[in-house]
Amino acid sequence: MHGSPPNYLTARTTIRSWLFSTDHKRIALLYFASITFFFLIGGLAAVLIRLELVTPAADLVLPDTYNRLFTMHGVIMVWFFLVPSIPTTLGNFVLPLMLAARDLAFPRLNLASWYFYIAGGALTVLALLLGGVDTGWTFYEPYASAFSNGYVTLAVLGIFLSGFSSILTGLNFIVTTHKLRAPGMTWYRLPLFVWSLYSTSVILVLATPVLAMTLLMLVAERVLGIGIFDPALGGDPLLWQHMFWFYSHPAVYIMVLPAIGIVSELVPAFARKQIFGYKFVAWASVAIAAIGFLVWGHHMFVAGQSLYASLVFSFLSYLVAVPSAIKVFNWVATLHKGWIRFDAPMLYAFGFIGLFTIGGLTGLFLAALAIDVHVTDTYFVVAHFHYIMVGGSVSAFFGGLHYWWPKITGRLYPEGWARAAAILMFFGFNLTFFPQFVLGWLGMPRRYDAYPPEFQIWHVLSSAGASTLAVAYAMPLFYFFWSLVWGARAPANPWGATGLEWLTGSPPPARNFERTPIVVRGPYDYVEGQPRPQAENV
Amino acid sequence: MRGFPVWPVEAGHYAGEMDALFIGLVIVTVLTAGFVCFLLIFFAARYRAGHDADRSHTIEKTWRWEVGWTTASLLIFVGLAVWGADLYLRLYRPPKNAVQIFVVGKQWMWKAQHPGGQREINELHVPAGRAIRLVMASQDTIHSFYVPALRVKQDVVPGRYESMWFQADRPGRYHLFCAEYCGTDHARMGGWLTVMAPRAFAGWLRDRGGQQSLAAQGEQLFHAFGCSGCHGPGGTVRAPDLNGVYGGPVALQDGRVVSADERYVRDSILMPKSEVAAGYDPVMPSFAGQVGEDDLAKLVAYVQSLGRKGAG
Amino acid sequence: MSEASPAFQYATLSQQREAATLGMWAFLATEVLFFGALIAAYSAYRTAWPAEIAAAARHTRVALGAINTAVLLTSSAFMATAVAAEEADRRRPLVLCLLATAVLGLSFIGIKGYEYWLEYREGLVPALNFDFGRYGGIGELFFLFYFFATGLHAVHLTIGIVMVLVLAARIGAGRPPRPPVLRMVGLYWHFVDIVWIFLFPLIYLPGRTG
Repeated sequence: MHGSPPNYLTARTTIRSWLFSTDHKRIALLYFASITFFFLIGGLAAVLIRLELVTPAADLVLPDTYNRLFTMHGVIMVWFFLVPSIPTTLGNFVLPLMLAARDLAFPRLNLASWYFYIAGGALTVLALLLGGVDTGWTFYEPYASAFSNGYVTLAVLGIFLSGFSSILTGLNFIVTTHKLRAPGMTWYRLPLFVWSLYSTSVILVLATPVLAMTLLMLVAERVLGIGIFDPALGGDPLLWQHMFWFYSHPAVYIMVLPAIGIVSELVPAFARKQIFGYKFVAWASVAIAAIGFLVWGHHMFVAGQSLYASLVFSFLSYLVAVPSAIKVFNWVATLHKGWIRFDAPMLYAFGFIGLFTIGGLTGLFLAALAIDVHVTDTYFVVAHFHYIMVGGSVSAFFGGLHYWWPKITGRLYPEGWARAAAILMFFGFNLTFFPQFVLGWLGMPRRYDAYPPEFQIWHVLSSAGASTLAVAYAMPLFYFFWSLVWGARAPANPWGATGLEWLTGSPPPARNFERTPIVVRGPYDYVEGQPRPQAENV
Repeated sequence: MRGFPVWPVEAGHYAGEMDALFIGLVIVTVLTAGFVCFLLIFFAARYRAGHDADRSHTIEKTWRWEVGWTTASLLIFVGLAVWGADLYLRLYRPPKNAVQIFVVGKQWMWKAQHPGGQREINELHVPAGRAIRLVMASQDTIHSFYVPALRVKQDVVPGRYESMWFQADRPGRYHLFCAEYCGTDHARMGGWLTVMAPRAFAGWLRDRGGQQSLAAQGEQLFHAFGCSGCHGPGGTVRAPDLNGVYGGPVALQDGRVVSADERYVRDSILMPKSEVAAGYDPVMPSFAGQVGEDDLAKLVAYVQSLGRKGAG
Repeated sequence: MSEASPAFQYATLSQQREAATLGMWAFLATEVLFFGALIAAYSAYRTAWPAEIAAAARHTRVALGAINTAVLLTSSAFMATAVAAEEADRRRPLVLCLLATAVLGLSFIGIKGYEYWLEYREGLVPALNFDFGRYGGIGELFFLFYFFATGLHAVHLTIGIVMVLVLAARIGAGRPPRPPVLRMVGLYWHFVDIVWIFLFPLIYLPGRTG
């Protein structure tokens, strides 16, 4: 706009100024564009999978094609959408603003992490274009090295590269949180999103290298033909599972902890009330990250690990559920005697709490050893982790995206459409995945392109839900673009929230704040529903 | 489409106990989720912005609540963990008198060998009311033997024996699946578990009969592979006599004592140098790559039969 | 050492230094888990096949490995002295210590290369010329881990040598890097050293006691 000082979007406009930008806000937008692209590819695979499963016979695609589809869906969605989703986009954008830092501690490293991500994504997409991978996203051994005829090596190297992106992002967030907090911003004044990003970063830094090494060993085995995991050559397939899940279970928390953080922002912001039990919610994130490293064996209750190991892992899995339960109760208690508004972000937060609760509680089924024997590797597991990953993480991602959209773009999105999309997403999601709990309990194994006819009704319902969900996911794509052009201009603090990010312009200037705020109080300070910002000198 | 099934068929006693635990978990889930949802909706309605409600005396001392619900969650969770673990441990303790059936998984079929030598593919016939113990091996990649009606499942990892047991009480035909992804025709790797009344089963075995028992076939292989040259009477090399070995403890050269179960017999054939019995030289050659899983099962059955001979 | 203004995202130089140091520690934590995963996998097999692994480990050159351990530890001492020299602001000893560190690092690589060559001649390189009949399948697994671990270590060391040489050149030319760059390279160097201290007994010593 004429006359107004330039913000980070208008400061420079060449393509070069975007591709080589070290501004955390621009890098966040680069990530936005990329993860949206991968979400669409992964989603396309999901659509084809659900279409195939409408009928019991394998009649839409060949079995090998089906196997490549669910592998593609898993690999893309886990490593190229869910793991980077919230941290690299909303986290990247908001974390320095919440701390009133001018940028992350290492801006060039931040840009490098995006290039690692793009390089990894390019290799993986290349593997898909050349003919795909048919191992499932778990690359179980010895299938992946000795029996698969897909482009395993290429896809694995892509994931390996994207791991550097994870590590660099985590490292950057940790250092930024420690060293770049505004004056007065003590640890207990940090917004809860920062606590959860911090916990996530610790997992990123400590778990990802284990995956990197594990993948390297897989490549060595596949390329050199030496048995690291293949029993025919002296290896142990269970070692693969141990090492893979040592990363991949904490990775679940990489995907859901940032979502938990967003909801902890949304609930007090729209209930206009101090969050209930701040310290418990904050430390629960840390506890989840810590205990999350000790539960990987619950993926292997029927895989042939020792009974005693299973007992310990089962017990620890119940233990890790406690901090999650604490969070849910605190969110609910926050609503008590609040001044609750029902804008779209809050609807997503409500959806999240419901779906996360169901996802978490069904996790208790899987942690119960005897039940796990029956339902592991069935649709019960599929439904469970989609409740956490999609119902949880993706809902929170959309909630956070709507919440900070005015800050990111300087425009308001159309509220009515956004509420409609949130509600449709909630119902579409439940219609898609609730039937899968029943299917799993009935004994429908996962990764089947054909199935006994008595399961059909639930598959039909699930596919109907998936099409609803597809429509719901497409809606924001349209109205967000619409709002960029026709949306009303956003004020600095459209929600009446308390965090530092709302004290600077929408969109913020290139260096975030004209003056560094001095933080005088904790987050979420509301008096009679009226916000008291964390700093007052801006 | 065939109706709205919500409960998997039950073929055995264990399934009933499992279902009780499942129902327990469902109750916990419904109560907790219901409580959370009720409070969400109740608070949302009562304390919506613009609605005049009593908002004085908000809770200031939060830690009492925190301690309360943390303790409550912990107690319930520990209870559920113990319940699940108890059932699981029983699932892994087969009774002594179980009928032993060898099962081999390979891309993409299940092959079973009964003690009487009867073989079947993608079918498994068992008598009702008898404990059945499956000794399973995989010829290629990981498979998983899964019968939903029994609520049991066991991954079959190549390179070792896995075992599971069950007792089916209700005659009928039940789905048999492979639950661990194993390649192109993973979805078609399966068939039926047929549970028959004991008398009908005896008839089925007879109709299928005519072969030698598994142990007798193993004895032939024992000679064909030349095992008897050393392990048999009057062998040229000093090798342990296998009579009465099976099921008992074996003292090893390195001081350990292992139990002579099917794992030990299998490993001794394929990797003879790793667990040498005390007092013998490690001179036995490995038979890895020469003996397939089917033949291994026969040899193991034969050594088992020798064990009984020695003990009896 | 010249004092400059901090990068824009920092308020003070000391804040920038602390951030860089913390970043290095976080990076090293990642590296610990990276090598830790490899060592864990190796340990799993060593437990599963104690006799075979011990037999294979006896084919390594323990004398060369021990000399290399001494070489690397000495290089770390020079690196530590270099950091002290920087603090004392003494350029000549600083450059000399860095050069000594790099030379010892290069010697390590040289000795390691000689070992590799000897092993190649004996048919101990998996997938290339491994003598299966003589050393067996588990022997190959051991040597795969051996080359994997020592190779990755050598790659890390090479990166360290390049960094040390660049530092030496810049300081020699009178363009010293900002603190805490030297300290960070020092941390990295000691880390690479510590990795070797773990690898040496794990790889060379099984089967050599009693």
